[in-house]
Amino acid sequence: MNIFSLIGKYFLFIKKVFSRPTSVSVFYKSFLNEVFVLGVSSIGFVAFVSLFVGAVVTLQIAYNLENPLLPSYLIGLATRDSIILEFSPTMISLILAGKMGSNIASTIGTMRVTEQIDALEMMGINSASYLVLPKILALVFFNPILITFSMFLAILGGWFFGDVSGLCSTTEFLDGVQYFFIPFNVVYAYIKTIFFALIIATLPAFYGYFTKGGALEVGQASTKGVVNSSILIIIFNYLITQLLLN
Amino acid sequence: MIEVKNIIKKFGKNLVLDNVSALFYPGKVNLIIGRSGSGKTVAIKSMLGLHNIDSGTISYDKRNFSSMSKIEKQNIRKEIGMVFQGGALFDSKTIEENLMVPLIMFSSMSKEQMVDRINFCLKRVNLENVNNSYPADLSGGMQKRVAIARAIVLKPKYLFCDEPNSGLDPYTATVIDELLKEITYEYNITTVINTHDMNSVMQIGDYIVFIKEGKKIWEGSRDEIMSSSNKELNKFIFSSEIFRRLKALS
Repeated sequence: MNIFSLIGKYFLFIKKVFSRPTSVSVFYKSFLNEVFVLGVSSIGFVAFVSLFVGAVVTLQIAYNLENPLLPSYLIGLATRDSIILEFSPTMISLILAGKMGSNIASTIGTMRVTEQIDALEMMGINSASYLVLPKILALVFFNPILITFSMFLAILGGWFFGDVSGLCSTTEFLDGVQYFFIPFNVVYAYIKTIFFALIIATLPAFYGYFTKGGALEVGQASTKGVVNSSILIIIFNYLITQLLLN
Repeated sequence: MIEVKNIIKKFGKNLVLDNVSALFYPGKVNLIIGRSGSGKTVAIKSMLGLHNIDSGTISYDKRNFSSMSKIEKQNIRKEIGMVFQGGALFDSKTIEENLMVPLIMFSSMSKEQMVDRINFCLKRVNLENVNNSYPADLSGGMQKRVAIARAIVLKPKYLFCDEPNSGLDPYTATVIDELLKEITYEYNITTVINTHDMNSVMQIGDYIVFIKEGKKIWEGSRDEIMSSSNKELNKFIFSSEIFRRLKALS
């Protein structure tokens, strides 16, 4: 299948996904379930990664700012900007693309090869909307919460490990975190997060939904979903940055 | 009544259904038989609109299904129950939740009424106290019975089954066959079953369509099979020693 027919097939799938849900109460229940299964279950993992990467970012910045003419509060400032602008929205989204994307593609792919999707269609249910729309809205709703949490913990990790290792005192770090703060950077981070959430939810779902065959093909769909959503996240990261920050 | 008229279905250049026509009557167990790969499943999936046919018509009680819009097809599907080859139960849901999906979507019943209906259907297929089990907790035969219960929960006018007793032991296969026959007669459903199991043909088939390489070769009743002189049919039906002896006796 060439790239243009693949893109066309993807947008036809999205059109089917965004049609009106058959039952609003069922949709609401599925939405809450997906928030828990995809979002809440990722909190621990995101917390762990954020805390330690925040610490590493601080240590690396401190390592690069050894010049005594540069004030130590720059460590806090650079850590804050690295985390808000890039680490939390992009890196965490890439990590979530692996965790959530493989879950979405393999769940939907298994449902396809075991005829569960055919069973839904046979009941007169729009299977794409029933299965995928709650996942999309759950990620669009919950990923910004996860990213906010990640930003907070990464900065906390940077402050804690910077202080413990004696590279930057608490006062200097907090001065840096507050110095020359641009609120639009946070808006930019949320815009990216929402775009990435759409990619993480729809692309693996697309590959899962059109799986043909058996267990091997479900695995391949899962791999394709994760790899291609990661590539798209990288591309959109550049495009959104070019549009919003230049 | 389901009327299939001159349907043709191709996958690329591969002709899978070649000008197949048949009439399936209500209150009868209609069988589509043939070897593996003969086009039986494609025929059923085409009748359900899961595959788009290339030409021909499919009508449900004079309503032309093939020319309907997607929404009209979805409405017709609410009148159809389907038992898939592997059961196709939703494995993340309990048995009760599996049966509740169509009820929540398309009925205005209260929760208590839904549970009553579910219990009635489970009892009808001789299953009780499995409401809170998951499909993986049940045997293959029990899963098939749950699939039948789910298929009849909305009181369908039409029931389709794709090899309902594949992978089951002979006794359980007979139980499933008998169950499908009883349900068909009891609720006057138009039942269409795909099978290559000759026990099913002899036991429950009221009207039988034999397909070979996508073409309809023969149609008739269970009794007519025994006296048929159609070579292709005889080669398929009487391929085992036991059925050859049976024919000789008859």
